[in-house]
Amino acid sequence: MARVSVTVDGVRYVDDVPPRTLLVQYLREQLGKVGTVVGCDTGNCGACTVLFAAPDGAAQAVKSCSLLAVQADGGEVTTVEGLAGSDGTLHPVQQAFHEQHALQCGFCTPGMIMAAVDLLQENPNPTEAEIRDGMSGNLCRCTGYQNIVRAVQAASQASGTGSAVPPQAGPADTPSTAGVA
Amino acid sequence: MTATLAGPEVGRRRLRKEDQRLVTGQTRWTDNLTLPGMLHLAILRSPYAHAKITRIDVSAARQAPNVVAAFSGAELDNQGVLACAWPVTEDTVLPTYLPMAVDEVRHVGEPVAVVVARDKGSAVDALDAIDIEYEPLPVVLDLEAALAPGSPLVHDSAGTNKAYHWVFDSADAGTGASVASAEAEVTVARRYVQQRLIPAFMEPRSVVVDPTGGEWTMYSATQIPHITRFLLAATTGTPEHKIRVVAPDVGGGFGGKLQITPEEWITFAVSTKVGRPVKYTETRSESLVSGHHGRAMIQDITLTAKRDGTVTGLHVKLTANMGAYMGIITPGTPLLGAFMYNAIYKFPAYRFECTGVFTNTTKTDAYRGAGRPEATYAIERIMDELAAELGLDPLEVRRRNWIRHEEFPCTTVAGLVYDSGNYEAATEKATGLLGYEALRSEQAARRASGDPVQLGIGISTYTEMCGLAPSRTLGALRYGAGGWESVTVRVLPTGKVEVVSGSTPHGQGHDTAWSQIVADQLGVPFDDVIVLHGDTRIAVKGMDTYGSRSLAIGGIAMVQAAEKVREKAKKVAAHLLEVSPNDLEWSEGAFRVKGNRDQAKTIAEVAIAVFAAHDLPEGVEPSLDSEATFDPSTFSFPHGTHLCAAEVDTETGRVTIRKYVAVDDIGKVINPLIVEGQVHGGVVQGMAQALFEDAIYDESGNLVTGSFADYLLPSAADLPEIVCDRTETPATTHPLGVKGVGEAGTIASTPAVVNAVVDALRPRGVHDIPMPLTPERVWQAASRQEGAA
Repeated sequence: MARVSVTVDGVRYVDDVPPRTLLVQYLREQLGKVGTVVGCDTGNCGACTVLFAAPDGAAQAVKSCSLLAVQADGGEVTTVEGLAGSDGTLHPVQQAFHEQHALQCGFCTPGMIMAAVDLLQENPNPTEAEIRDGMSGNLCRCTGYQNIVRAVQAASQASGTGSAVPPQAGPADTPSTAGVA
Repeated sequence: MTATLAGPEVGRRRLRKEDQRLVTGQTRWTDNLTLPGMLHLAILRSPYAHAKITRIDVSAARQAPNVVAAFSGAELDNQGVLACAWPVTEDTVLPTYLPMAVDEVRHVGEPVAVVVARDKGSAVDALDAIDIEYEPLPVVLDLEAALAPGSPLVHDSAGTNKAYHWVFDSADAGTGASVASAEAEVTVARRYVQQRLIPAFMEPRSVVVDPTGGEWTMYSATQIPHITRFLLAATTGTPEHKIRVVAPDVGGGFGGKLQITPEEWITFAVSTKVGRPVKYTETRSESLVSGHHGRAMIQDITLTAKRDGTVTGLHVKLTANMGAYMGIITPGTPLLGAFMYNAIYKFPAYRFECTGVFTNTTKTDAYRGAGRPEATYAIERIMDELAAELGLDPLEVRRRNWIRHEEFPCTTVAGLVYDSGNYEAATEKATGLLGYEALRSEQAARRASGDPVQLGIGISTYTEMCGLAPSRTLGALRYGAGGWESVTVRVLPTGKVEVVSGSTPHGQGHDTAWSQIVADQLGVPFDDVIVLHGDTRIAVKGMDTYGSRSLAIGGIAMVQAAEKVREKAKKVAAHLLEVSPNDLEWSEGAFRVKGNRDQAKTIAEVAIAVFAAHDLPEGVEPSLDSEATFDPSTFSFPHGTHLCAAEVDTETGRVTIRKYVAVDDIGKVINPLIVEGQVHGGVVQGMAQALFEDAIYDESGNLVTGSFADYLLPSAADLPEIVCDRTETPATTHPLGVKGVGEAGTIASTPAVVNAVVDALRPRGVHDIPMPLTPERVWQAASRQEGAA
């Protein structure tokens, strides 16, 4: 067993963990932070992405399946459960995912949101290509990514520095060509 | 039936009510569950594609730390069997399918032993202590080799690898002529290979079984809780009324969770043996090797036509890979395409043959579209080939053969009655959005200048059959169940509404769309409706979610149930207003006295009166709820025109999708936002088949694409923006006019992309490139043909 002390979503935890415990296992199984999920075992899907700040380091996105819990010792983790304000106000990225219909089943969403938060921290005003590239470590099977890209654009705009979100390419509520059956 | 859709909610781009908790991590995935005393299961899987188990001893594993029990297949004597619900012919070979192998394994990844322990790590560790020896047997992987005389057999007892042979012939069915007698000024014959794909839902499958108190609750990441409950009862002998199946939040399905799984059955049996709750959650590698796969078939297709492009006959011969065992609808999946090869066209003669073949691979089964993407691919590819053969524009060849708008309803050569459609409108809109003529000009210029980056335009004028399915039709096709759907609508005393849905979502947005419909039907606010589903103790009846059926069938049941509620409420409202029910009209969300609109009662006012029950009209029960079960009389037929403009770098083989236009006609739309999301995701899954995904076995039968490092799901960086639009030709076979959209994008997009790439390289003599169109394959095709030209 190894002693770890980690702050997760503002709460400091001290635990003894088997040394092989992955950070995501620690979050889910020991702390009950099941908002962060596991989608693969090879670090490809990004569903388990959280923000991690090492002691004296800046927060950045990590795949919590690729970090041992003991490596997080002394650090600070922010999960999708810790993003919203204490009054329940959604983080601009969460709000944008909702408003742009950037999720369907929602399983990849925690990781997508955390990756987007990280992307916008590093580049507050990304182009579409930069967003697609920046989010390429996170897989989604439902959305085709189109509305995820829009959500990141919208969040960028909401935080005041980003480019405008292009209008939805889809039709207005009433299609312009109605067949007569 | 008088059901109709109307009102302020239907048609709105409502943001989803599902999202709030999903974006904040407040989720109920099965793997999130922890029950008191819960144990964890780990599964030992066969490393051989075909072998005898000559020795198995799990006793050492039982001695490992924290291990509560361990079982070999033989020791788990209550494991039951896995049932196939769709033997497509009288003589379909259905080998015994045990959840855990007893003495022979037939594909890599087949479960052979299990350990259950206090924690997952201990269970996995103890697998190493299991003593097992195998005697490898000859392996057969190739479809045609499996059918050859002398081939090793997957199932010795069957005496053959041929599972079935199924035929549809329009001459026999009386729906057309014989292909043998079709006029053939031109004959185009092609072989297309549908590579094996993996559904790859993002949430790995997970199951928890709680056997406490002699009743069983199974929580499972499944699309089909109701069917699972029935089959658990039927195949394990457990009384059905003592089984409850819950599908909590389910993270994607795409057909991949339309299955009863070895892992569910094993967990059920082990929990019964140990008398404690047991959880099993697969790793991604286990998911890829053990969850069912899709597609995996060879298509030999022959088209005969006149020189003017009029098709005279279509002959399809499928050789379909079943894998090693029959899953819930393994044999029937290819046949869901049998009625779709003729697509939107008026072909006078059609013959379809399918041979199902066993191989030492993971079983195949439904994957988004299930049979229909394969059919659409083959016909839309070969229509391009016919156009090339005749020197016609591929759109023109389609126009000359498709059912014209004024010809609906139209009975097809496959015997289906297409009720409605407007292929002209969808195509006109799509070509306009793409800039078809301008791109053709650019294509000609690039060809003339010998540009190393060539341009191609791919067309897919698809249709599909949705709303699976009329029970009578399913019976005629030998499927084991019906295709109805059930909904209950309950108005609570405070006027809030519970909608209990038999179909259960895994990302589709039922909660939002159903709320919109019921809000209009009962005149209540959108936020006052809650949708309950996915628990057989709450949603007691249902046929679950697949085949674009939830709205096309369940939606109609829902409107019917809401109408029954309204009829009952009307009697109470009339009584309260002291008028005759005939004096009331339903208008703007309330019952209003004709000629005196301010005299009115809302559903909420009626609900509280019904709850109190102090003064109800004679014969009216004190409840305000109703149930409806709807069985469709026919399918619905969405259609559309998808166009893809692709740039092909002939020097590197790189394919770049420059523009993709999807114009879909799915009839009436409840929520355009959700529809667009379905189209985006569907189109991308079809693109992924065209360009990226391929489940590959080595010669020993090992799945070499057994992780997400090797099985190439596309990322955001690999994909283009998709331009979506719609035309609206309502279905006429039911009053809602909806058709279904869950599978349309996937069905349409694969041939559009491949047609574009082939079109770009056609001057070099290229007429096909096998999927997926990797840069290497594209480069080879471009280079080889250039040298030969």
